[in-house]
Amino acid sequence: MLELRLAQQSPIPLDAQIRCETGELLALVGPSGSGKSTILKTIAGLMRGPVGRIVVNGDVWLDSASGAHVPAHRRRVGFVFQSYALFPHMTVLENVLAACDALREEDRLAQAYKWIEAVRMKGLEDARPARLSGGQQQRVALARALVREPQLLLLDEPFSAVDQLTRERLYEELAELRSRLSIPVVFVTHSLPEAQMLADRMVVLHHGRTLQSGTPDEIFLRPRTAEIARLVAHKNLGEAVVLGHDDRYTHVDWQGMQLAAAACPDLPPGTRVNWLIPPLDVRLVDMRFDDYTGRENIHCAEVESMVPLGGQVTVRVRMPNGQRLTLTATAHIVRKRAVEVGRVVDVSLLAESIHLMPREPEAAG
Amino acid sequence: MDWEALRLSLLLALATSVVLLPLGTMTARALAWSRFRGKWLLEAALTLPLVLPPTVLGYYLLVAMGAASPLGAFYERVFGHPLAFSFEGLIVASVIFNIPFALIPMQRAFEAIPLEVHQAALTCGISPLRSFFKVELPLAWPGVLSGMVMTAAHTVGEFGVVLMVGGAIPGETKTIAISIYDRVQAFDMQAAGMMSAMLLVISLFALGFTTRMGRR
Repeated sequence: MLELRLAQQSPIPLDAQIRCETGELLALVGPSGSGKSTILKTIAGLMRGPVGRIVVNGDVWLDSASGAHVPAHRRRVGFVFQSYALFPHMTVLENVLAACDALREEDRLAQAYKWIEAVRMKGLEDARPARLSGGQQQRVALARALVREPQLLLLDEPFSAVDQLTRERLYEELAELRSRLSIPVVFVTHSLPEAQMLADRMVVLHHGRTLQSGTPDEIFLRPRTAEIARLVAHKNLGEAVVLGHDDRYTHVDWQGMQLAAAACPDLPPGTRVNWLIPPLDVRLVDMRFDDYTGRENIHCAEVESMVPLGGQVTVRVRMPNGQRLTLTATAHIVRKRAVEVGRVVDVSLLAESIHLMPREPEAAG
Repeated sequence: MDWEALRLSLLLALATSVVLLPLGTMTARALAWSRFRGKWLLEAALTLPLVLPPTVLGYYLLVAMGAASPLGAFYERVFGHPLAFSFEGLIVASVIFNIPFALIPMQRAFEAIPLEVHQAALTCGISPLRSFFKVELPLAWPGVLSGMVMTAAHTVGEFGVVLMVGGAIPGETKTIAISIYDRVQAFDMQAAGMMSAMLLVISLFALGFTTRMGRR
């Protein structure tokens, strides 16, 4: 298990608390400059700026209070760099063997071959990195990181430098590989879909602060604040005031429109809140065909734009209160409902998907 | 052809290279990886021999090695003969005026190693000392070798500093470049021409070699 608490004033401010259980895949997400890589490199001992405490499986790697600092090469960590950072003058086998110093001499070769095979690089043992594709270099980097039986695996934007096809194959391989690893795995990414797809839990970072940690569903569907919602690229964010509660819903006033939202009994009436709804949960409905009973938050809306993307269409609508919402529907539904720019359509905002967040004082804008 | 002078020049080149190999490599690596206040001043000072007239450098070295200076006095007390106008004095001068020739290619070579490769060695459990021999030196080797070849070639041909610090004592400080000057003064153009041609070939090969290494 990894537990860390880090702080730093400059060059980038840092105030982070992270916990990663054994066998867990934790994604650190955030925009560039949010401190993701700094945290990863500090865990590995490659950066000495931040102060705090890092404990891995009970071993203290950093404790600024007592002055404890284990040098980088003594931390049993596997690290995969963004650029892979293979040793260019060594072959694949030599690269993997280079990380075997801590193993018993008679085991080194067997372990190196074992991991080269595990990452599907058998047959290329004698190739130099310059002759390998990005995906192959990435695999060698992974084998080199894992061959020393690390207590912790750290991956710094591991998929950013390969093409889409390779990336998807590597996702599968990582997902498969991690099921065989009983160590904490932390990976840094700025790709939200990547984090959502691969991670058991994710931590959202902004300006060096850990804003929220939780499962991808918790973060995407129930972000704690509007700031986090914006960071995870929510399109439908609004401001509202709590009106009251009934036994199923919390009712809010969204700038002149009443909405039923997922129950939040803790918010007293009059509380100013932010709210969000995922685009998939704004549905196109039709009075003539649909059964209205049980539908929530039905309003008419004017279609402002339509962008087809694959089999989906992103439709932007203007609500009666002048606010805009984005919805995603299949091309089939859009055709069936005869949705066109300029037309007025009926939309339903699924109440259970409307998530309310208390307004932070400074984030009123 | 002054074989004695050629032997002396080659010996001086060898001695200078042997001293500058470890010294230059360590300094180059330290400068490549570190950032500190006043680094530019230190780098400028180390590059100074490149632009300073050899006679000026020679003058300062001569003053520093003379019996009136603490260094010169100390040397004379320990070894029983003055440092100036001796072969040992030439080695000291040669090491100093060759610093930029050795250091610049070496430093560039260490700087060219990506930071992440350096960090990868640490995260592979390789200690900084082992990383130097296993990762950094093999990668920087062409630059280190270029620095050594440039140093050796430059030492063989150096004139001004050698003349200032060493005089022209045959068998002790009279190197091949001084011998050429000496032969010209004596109107022995054939010997001067032969020795000049030899220096030309040495210099051409040294430059050709370093250019080739640089391309790799």
